[in-house]
Amino acid sequence: MNTVTITMVKQPQLFLEADLITPDQFAGKSIEAIGAIEISEGKIKYPLASFAKIEGVSGATAAETKIVLNGDLTRVKRIGQQMTAGEIIINSNVDMYTGGWMKGGKITVNGNADSFTGIAMAGGELTINGNCQNHVGSAYRGDWRGMTGGVLRVTGNVGNDIGTFMRGGTIIVGGDAFIHVHTHGEGGTIIVKGNIQARVGGQSVKGDIFVNGKIDFMMPGYKYVEDVEKDVDGVKAVYAHYVGDLGERHPEAKGQKVFTNLYLKK
Amino acid sequence: MQEVIKHVACPYCGACCDDLEVTVDDGKIIEVKNACIIGTEIYHHASREGRVGTPRRRQPDGTYKDITYEEAIDFTAKMLIKAKKPLIFGFGSTNCEGMAAAGRVAEDAGAVLDNCASICHGSSFLAIFDTGYPSCTLGEVKNRADVVIYWGSNPAHAHPRHMSRYGIFPRGFFTGKGARGRKVIVIDPRYTDTARCANQFLQVQQGHDYELFDAFRMVMHGYAADVPAIVAGVPKEKILEACDVIKAGRYVHIFFGMGLCHSDGRNHNVDIAINLVRDVNEYTKCTIMAMRGHYNIAGPGIVWAWQFGFPYCIDLTKGSVAHMNPGETSSVDLANRGEIDAFINIGTDAGAHFPIRAFEKIGGAGIPMVTIDPSVNMAATVSDVHIPVAIVGVETGGICYRMDNVPIQYRAVVKPFNGILTDEQLFDKIYERMQELKNAGIECDGTWDYATPLADVRPIKEVYQ
Repeated sequence: MNTVTITMVKQPQLFLEADLITPDQFAGKSIEAIGAIEISEGKIKYPLASFAKIEGVSGATAAETKIVLNGDLTRVKRIGQQMTAGEIIINSNVDMYTGGWMKGGKITVNGNADSFTGIAMAGGELTINGNCQNHVGSAYRGDWRGMTGGVLRVTGNVGNDIGTFMRGGTIIVGGDAFIHVHTHGEGGTIIVKGNIQARVGGQSVKGDIFVNGKIDFMMPGYKYVEDVEKDVDGVKAVYAHYVGDLGERHPEAKGQKVFTNLYLKK
Repeated sequence: MQEVIKHVACPYCGACCDDLEVTVDDGKIIEVKNACIIGTEIYHHASREGRVGTPRRRQPDGTYKDITYEEAIDFTAKMLIKAKKPLIFGFGSTNCEGMAAAGRVAEDAGAVLDNCASICHGSSFLAIFDTGYPSCTLGEVKNRADVVIYWGSNPAHAHPRHMSRYGIFPRGFFTGKGARGRKVIVIDPRYTDTARCANQFLQVQQGHDYELFDAFRMVMHGYAADVPAIVAGVPKEKILEACDVIKAGRYVHIFFGMGLCHSDGRNHNVDIAINLVRDVNEYTKCTIMAMRGHYNIAGPGIVWAWQFGFPYCIDLTKGSVAHMNPGETSSVDLANRGEIDAFINIGTDAGAHFPIRAFEKIGGAGIPMVTIDPSVNMAATVSDVHIPVAIVGVETGGICYRMDNVPIQYRAVVKPFNGILTDEQLFDKIYERMQELKNAGIECDGTWDYATPLADVRPIKEVYQ
């Protein structure tokens, strides 16, 4: 695997939109051609080279290309958007839409990420070694198809709207979440190892939610069933099993109604 | 000579009362009949002392000096061309003609176009995107609804004639008994003056409407037995009682206000309310409507959705592609994050309504700012240029959309003060001036009077040349 290293040398006055920083775009390009890739600040387009120093060699295909981003990328949006293969390592905080709509490959952020991280993700691995803001692994506005696949892991805390309209894949949050986890969910798994303030699984149709900490305000639509032992992210523990949301429509399979399962650690 | 102008529509709240009678004598407004006290005041504003009659430019010492319209238009046009990401925000109090003209300017300037819904019912739009909008007109509510629910709204104060014209008291075609034939349910954290008109009042715990809606939906889905004893501070019996009233109604209507779209969860509070409407329709007819604030705040949603495909928070910086994602392209977030470099405040007061921390980043950060408003508001006091315009509904007419998205033709009752321009004329002139400047070779190159350019950073066009 070949590596391209990008080091930010200048900061924009506003914010940069860098949706073309993906292995798919870099693959098979020379350093000069990568430097000419467009990034925009508001309505002006700049070549990537005017903000960053670019070194290394790109691979022939996306899968053989690894991008390492250094320097301060706090004001850079949309890194790794729609990537299908390869790897991105970001050694900084990043702004919005990191790994949005990604289909494959791997992104690791060694820092915090802003909102809309992994929005409508379809595959691949996205790891944030830090905190995230809102709408992690959520759907784009008005879309009923949220995250459909892949693994999204946040080691720190997250805000609201985690996995809204989720249909598949896994979201693992190491810390706490604020409100609206798995809202409108139609599948997928969310694991929150910390506490959640409220609104877990509201309007959720099906899927699995695991909470290791406390939920301050339970949704009224969740009904206790029984205690079960579950293996969650490699750790076995006893969970109280609830089903819901009783206030939402639910499909039937084999003559039985299918509910969302909420597992609350005892 | 005194003249009485009848059937005048009021430029105050989203109820758009169109039965006003205004007495005018020699270009002065003498009396306003049928309007609420706030609507009456708007008419008297037009004749009051101290109105600004010409554009003004702020001087280095903070005072204002009168300038001509040409100078003000030139400043605004240049600012829009030169800025990398200008924001045009407001439109709570103007007509659709002005909004369409502003849309043309924003597209040409590559600006972000946003309206007051962004800090008001914008989250309701997001819910509507997610789940649809089973709504109706206010006439249907008046003529058909026998169960009316006000959830998180207080029309007694915010829409003073709403209850008497549409919601509670009017006698309609199928509602001949007026208030006596209607069941009114009010759900609010406070015992408001609207609640005093209600048959049932449910005092929901502040910020927990979502849970209460879920309990209502559980009852509608046949899980009444599983509802906990207390939900969001409301006892189970009261929830079941309200659900019985809803199920027994011939036509149920829910009015929701900013109690839903401005407490935690925002769009999801509205989203679950709309889903409750869907559930209730299994039993009886039910519709829902947002209690829009200003008389034409529904207008930009209609006009811009037609122009650009989105109702608010429209990022036009990418030219032919309009991008919308509140949280990123919403005015308060743009201001808070330092993502804009020019600001136009039109027909609203960002100074009064933005969170102070967000407004500090515009007003105090040296970002050029233009306020377009008939009166001297808080934003105007820190703007570089303040351009007065005619008051819609008083000095100029036009189309305005009522809260139920019904267009109402507004009328002028007096001539514009000091011959000032309307919003539409002003934006058309800004557009023309922008074309002149662009033809003269002025363009956005990242370097201009107000911003410090980054050394050695050149736009892609120059690099390729």
